[in-house]
Amino acid sequence: MVVKMMTAFRTTKRLNRSFTVSFILFAFLALFGAFMVLPLIYAVNNAFKPLDELFIFPPRFFVNNPTLDNFYDLVALMGNSWVPLSRYIANTLLITLVGTVGHILLASAAAYPLAKYQFLGSKTLFSIVVLSLMFSAHVTAIPNYMVMSWLGWINTHASIIVPSLAFPLGLFLMKQFMEQLPTALLEAAKIDGASEYRIYWSIVMPNVKPAWLTLMILQFPMLWGTDGGSFIYSENLKTLHYALGQITLGGIARAGVGAAVALILMVVPITLFIISQSSVIQTMATSGMKE
Amino acid sequence: MQAETTSQAVPNLIHPKKKSKLSHVWTELKKNKHYYLLMSPYMLIFFTFTVIPVVFSLILSFFYFNMLEFPRFVGWQNYSRLFLNDDIFMIALKNTFIFAIITGPVSYIACFFFAWVINELSPKIRAVMTLIFYAPAISGNVFFIWLIVFSGDRYGYMNGFLIKYGFILEPIQWLTNEKYILMIVMIVQLWLSLGTSFLAFIAGLQTIDRTLVEAGVVDGIKNRWQELWFITLPSMRPQLLFGAVLQITGSLAVADITIALAGFPSVNYAAHTVVTHLMDYGTIRFEMGYASAIATVLFGIMIGTNKLTQKLLRKVGE
Repeated sequence: MVVKMMTAFRTTKRLNRSFTVSFILFAFLALFGAFMVLPLIYAVNNAFKPLDELFIFPPRFFVNNPTLDNFYDLVALMGNSWVPLSRYIANTLLITLVGTVGHILLASAAAYPLAKYQFLGSKTLFSIVVLSLMFSAHVTAIPNYMVMSWLGWINTHASIIVPSLAFPLGLFLMKQFMEQLPTALLEAAKIDGASEYRIYWSIVMPNVKPAWLTLMILQFPMLWGTDGGSFIYSENLKTLHYALGQITLGGIARAGVGAAVALILMVVPITLFIISQSSVIQTMATSGMKE
Repeated sequence: MQAETTSQAVPNLIHPKKKSKLSHVWTELKKNKHYYLLMSPYMLIFFTFTVIPVVFSLILSFFYFNMLEFPRFVGWQNYSRLFLNDDIFMIALKNTFIFAIITGPVSYIACFFFAWVINELSPKIRAVMTLIFYAPAISGNVFFIWLIVFSGDRYGYMNGFLIKYGFILEPIQWLTNEKYILMIVMIVQLWLSLGTSFLAFIAGLQTIDRTLVEAGVVDGIKNRWQELWFITLPSMRPQLLFGAVLQITGSLAVADITIALAGFPSVNYAAHTVVTHLMDYGTIRFEMGYASAIATVLFGIMIGTNKLTQKLLRKVGE
């Protein structure tokens, strides 16, 4: 029985696989899989719990009488507040959509010359991008704040969107993926008289669709989860993630509503990943760093 | 006579050569102007918000600057204060290192190990398992769920469980007790850390040439561990290097999680890291020069650790 199950899990019959070790490894995988997924299942369950179940002792994992009350409460609560919930959602959507689409366009426009041609400065520029993968954005936080205030971008959505357009990871992955485009394809287009911009837009871009989705899956959750940081202080410019923080600060009385917002925040990026998984894996295969 | 002509000929020979080099650069720039134009929007933003700030931060670390007065040059004073007179920074440095030394390698190995085991599954189950392991990394900062798990009263899951089965009699204040904070932050960080590098490993494992494995069997590879060491790891070296960069940078930059779980500042600085120290001086005390010195030290630590690890990883499977 167990043997049957194990073979069902395997792709093809592989060489040199002892059954015992496979069993131990898969058991380990299942155990950690549970550790990874349980908090998420719990978050889903929590959102549908009526109030009395949220505060039961000892705490219960699964919901007994699922209800949509928390979502109604959320709408009612935010409808009465000074800034309606729809405003937070609109802000988050604006930041996320402009930031993600813009990042894909700019990063691929920059990646195409770096991937397919050698010209003055191309190697240096790319190695600077790789170097910048090695430190986090915290390092540049202080000068960035000053640059923002000089530009007059403090308390605008631009302060979140514009820097995110040029995150180095997207350019890196896009460039690595574009390298495998056949050069003959580009040369044929050039002989037919297409300009470089035309080639980028009509030949390169349609051929790197898997990489678009990869950049999306890296960029989207980051912007979706942004709380505005230290740049945005006007209430009507703030994001859904910030609103969640405010709601949970309401403490016990807001536990149900908080769980509902958390579910909304969580479901969107995960759904996107389910849709794009195979494209993402395809792009990641080219992600390696050369020595 | 003879000598005179030579001395005249020499400058004439050099002059056109110099000019051609400059004009070579010019024609090169002109010839590729479309490429520069395509790259310009990205590079403009990238330089404004990433490259120039690093340089600027380095310069600013030698100044006293509070955003109001004109910056005043103080030489190495910020650095000497940081390393000699700032006890909190030493706590932050210690916490960051403890944290990075444990979560960095553990999360890196976990990324590879789980990707490796998942790769043995059939495609459909593989897709589901990939989703399960990757989902926490993209689930929109829902790590506050762990606040409920480690809540300090009886309603917290950890306390509820331990009390129910008689391990403890009174609830433990997980997030305000110095003994537990760092450990809990590590657990949550591990939960979140199977991100981009995990996907890169999954992808890398799928592209390994199967004929290499078959050839290895002929050459006497006996079990999966030998296959892993002699075939899989060397074939994946580019992905391994890429993953290492992301995991190291991530584990040295931890701050959002400590703030969400342990507060800012945390109890007796038990979860204080270099990044939260930077935030403290940069966004609360407005000592920008001092904060820049912290940022520069952090930059050095990150680049140094990455370069060192890259050197080590090149030896894999050799």
